[in-house]
Amino acid sequence: MSDPSAYTRRQFLHSGLAMVSTVSSVPIFLSRSSTVMAQTAGSLPTNPGIPEDRVLVVVQLSGGNDGLNTVIPFGMDNYYKSRSGLAVRESDLITLDTNAGIGLHPSLRPIHDMIGDGLASVVQGVGYPNPIRSHFASMDVWHTGDTLTSKGHGWIGKALDTTRSEKKNTSLACINLGSQAPLATQGKFVKPVTFDRPEMFRWSGRDLHPALNDTYDQLNQPSTSTPGNSPTDFILRTAMDAQVASDRVRKAVNQKPATSFPGNSLSRQLKMIAAMVRAELPTRVFYVALGGFDTHANQAGQHTRLLNEFATAMSAFYKELKATGHQQRVLTVAFSEFGRRVKQNASGGTDHGTAGPMFLFGPQVNPGLIGEHPSLTHLDDGDLIHHTDFRSVYASVLDNWMKIDSTAALGKTFNHANILRV
Amino acid sequence: MNMDTSLTPIKPSDFGPPQARHLMLRAGFGAGPHEIAQLAELEPQQAIRQLLKTPSTEIAIADIDPDVIHPPTAEERERFMRARKNNDEAARSEARRIINERRAQDRRMLADLRRWWVRLMIDTRSPLQEKLVLLWHSHFASRHRNVRDTFLMYQQNQLFREHAAGSFADLARAVVRDPAMLKFLNNDKNNKRKPNENLAREFMELFTLGEGNYSEDDIKQGARALTGYHVDDNDFVFHDRRHDKARKTVLGETGKFDGDDFVDVLLDQPACSRYIALKLYRHFVADVSDHLDEVPGPHKAVIQRIATMLRKNNYQITPVLKTLFLSKHFYDPKIVGQKIKSPAQLVIGTARSLNTPTRSLGTLSDGMRIMGQDLFDPPSVAGWDGGRSWINTSTLFTRQNVCTYLITGKDPRKKKWNRNQTGFDPMPLLANLDSHEPKPVVDHLVNFMLGEHTPASRREPLVKFMQDRSKGVTPDSMIALLTLITAMPEYQLC
Repeated sequence: MSDPSAYTRRQFLHSGLAMVSTVSSVPIFLSRSSTVMAQTAGSLPTNPGIPEDRVLVVVQLSGGNDGLNTVIPFGMDNYYKSRSGLAVRESDLITLDTNAGIGLHPSLRPIHDMIGDGLASVVQGVGYPNPIRSHFASMDVWHTGDTLTSKGHGWIGKALDTTRSEKKNTSLACINLGSQAPLATQGKFVKPVTFDRPEMFRWSGRDLHPALNDTYDQLNQPSTSTPGNSPTDFILRTAMDAQVASDRVRKAVNQKPATSFPGNSLSRQLKMIAAMVRAELPTRVFYVALGGFDTHANQAGQHTRLLNEFATAMSAFYKELKATGHQQRVLTVAFSEFGRRVKQNASGGTDHGTAGPMFLFGPQVNPGLIGEHPSLTHLDDGDLIHHTDFRSVYASVLDNWMKIDSTAALGKTFNHANILRV
Repeated sequence: MNMDTSLTPIKPSDFGPPQARHLMLRAGFGAGPHEIAQLAELEPQQAIRQLLKTPSTEIAIADIDPDVIHPPTAEERERFMRARKNNDEAARSEARRIINERRAQDRRMLADLRRWWVRLMIDTRSPLQEKLVLLWHSHFASRHRNVRDTFLMYQQNQLFREHAAGSFADLARAVVRDPAMLKFLNNDKNNKRKPNENLAREFMELFTLGEGNYSEDDIKQGARALTGYHVDDNDFVFHDRRHDKARKTVLGETGKFDGDDFVDVLLDQPACSRYIALKLYRHFVADVSDHLDEVPGPHKAVIQRIATMLRKNNYQITPVLKTLFLSKHFYDPKIVGQKIKSPAQLVIGTARSLNTPTRSLGTLSDGMRIMGQDLFDPPSVAGWDGGRSWINTSTLFTRQNVCTYLITGKDPRKKKWNRNQTGFDPMPLLANLDSHEPKPVVDHLVNFMLGEHTPASRREPLVKFMQDRSKGVTPDSMIALLTLITAMPEYQLC
């Protein structure tokens, strides 16, 4: 194996950075040597049947998205009764289901178009038993998949933990865009690569003076004397992984996209993800968050702006994926830690509630509305009652899309929500 | 060569600067060259006595308002009930707004508390005490995220400080009455009629015995013993009428146990002393597994001896630490420089040992959070895993960049840096050095920052770097050199 061109994408994704941590003596900086890659590829196992090139993107809508003004039950009287000042008029919204009387907020036009193209779906009434109305605590529930104690590691981290093997490096398995890695992505072993801006995912000493670079690189490069399992060897290998990941990530996101993206922050992040997908990083899960959904006062304008950002970003993301030929590889799931109360409050806003819709994107989804809208008359102390457990969505995503056993990640077996066509 | 597992004291002739450095790193956060040199002059017994000296009687106090989070007043309660009854959405919303405001104020106070503790760790003259507070914070882990009351977290932190090197038994007895813990593990909901097992379970599994040393029935019975251990605003309260006074059998012992008796039953178990010995060993000596049966034999033998010592000393921590810090085992080359620094160790240690400006304490505590050690918010009741779990591709850059920040003032979140505003004079680090030629300077700093055991091959690139500086050893080139050394993998170890 000396010809680097004999290297298929599948092999590439399998080996990826693997040789860095597994092959004990990497003589030269990996990113500068495709020969090294090719030589080591042969020693790495491939797992036939496991679609390692499938990617999951998680979009967290932080703060508690008002599901009722997102996926709007205009056919239910109680909607207009409970939200005299905040309700979206029937003439303004985008009708999805005439019989059930369900429509989308006018800002979600791009998502409506995606549904038409078979690229988007809405799972209605998603939640969990004994809902918690604290942002932190409810977010922990969604992140751990544990509604009782919300303890331990995150559902994505636990899932990726099961994909580890002696010969596989999982250091780039999960990438989080943001300043802090969310609990969902923290496994016992697999930890996400986390950065806000890729230019910060590097040693900041490089900005001090260029003279430092060579010495730094030299000191952080494993030599033939670091094959062992000592703490120094372990850190040297991690340093090497970090360096390679940093180089690859920054190189990937510096690529110009094939299409154009809106200027908002979620779009900026999804543009980076599209670039990393396109560059075929061995990353299985990307995680992003869009905050600001905690609309206790004067909700209308803020909510419209956020939904617009969400919808235009998702639409641009899938257009880019299509243009670069990677659409088939990417499933996106969007969630919020809770919905909001049915009745609006006195400040033109809404307070913390319970169940809400989840969104799924990608050519694999069952497009359109999934499940029924929760009742607006049969309520629990003024809050919606969920009918789909969020973990049945996770279970389907893990088992059917990622081909990772969901039971290990979720602690027990959940029915699959009927969300995918795969 | 085999590791020395003996707990007999090292010879005074074997105690020099490298040993003093090691002692200061492990029993504290690390020290400057001058402090190390001073300590190395002492007999080891003396050095350790100095470290263990009971800290000044007064405990540092933070300005934390105890009343930000409080139970609703009678008037508030009535107003809220009325609003609920009348379905008065405006009044309910107003009540929620007030609560949200208090929570926001409480979170701001939490940020103050974090800064206070970081400052205290950097400034304290009893670093061992703070090192122990970190241990107990991770051992009896409670999270502000769930407790949602900064004053209670502060109170718990002071409890750890008060008992730091005292008796673990006293500390454990105090923790079943600690409001933050009672809230965190829902014991304020643990009643005779409806027992809640959370505190009883974690007390056995994570605080005293370790997994597999108790049965589900022991948990049930233990939970009954803890009924009525509740919280009233900021204080522990025993609700006699909610307490189950009947007989319980826990781990074979039977009696009309209350929560304090329950803790005493647990402390009597040999498994408890082994479990605490392992915790001490992992905190101060080596990154071994948190499961005793997975710990390699030689380490295990030492842990067993520490356990025996703990039992003999009624769980007094000080005599155990004294023996440990004096032991041949502690200074074995397989122990020295082989432990991964926690984010606190890294940040506090860099500031203390190099005597850098402390920069923004908020940025330091943010950095610690990004590196995985969010003070007052450990990841779970199991505390921080420690060891290799601290290091991954993301945290490694953050670790290097926080050090760069301390040394140069360059904010890792910003590209720009004003080189004239480092505000740090590195030259005192060379105070006792006769020659300012590149090689002796590098050797001096490497010995002090990475350890004397660092091989020549790792020093050479640094010497070369300094030789290439046209102006030689200047404050500028020293700052560059320190930045490079802190970015070396070896700097992550202590």
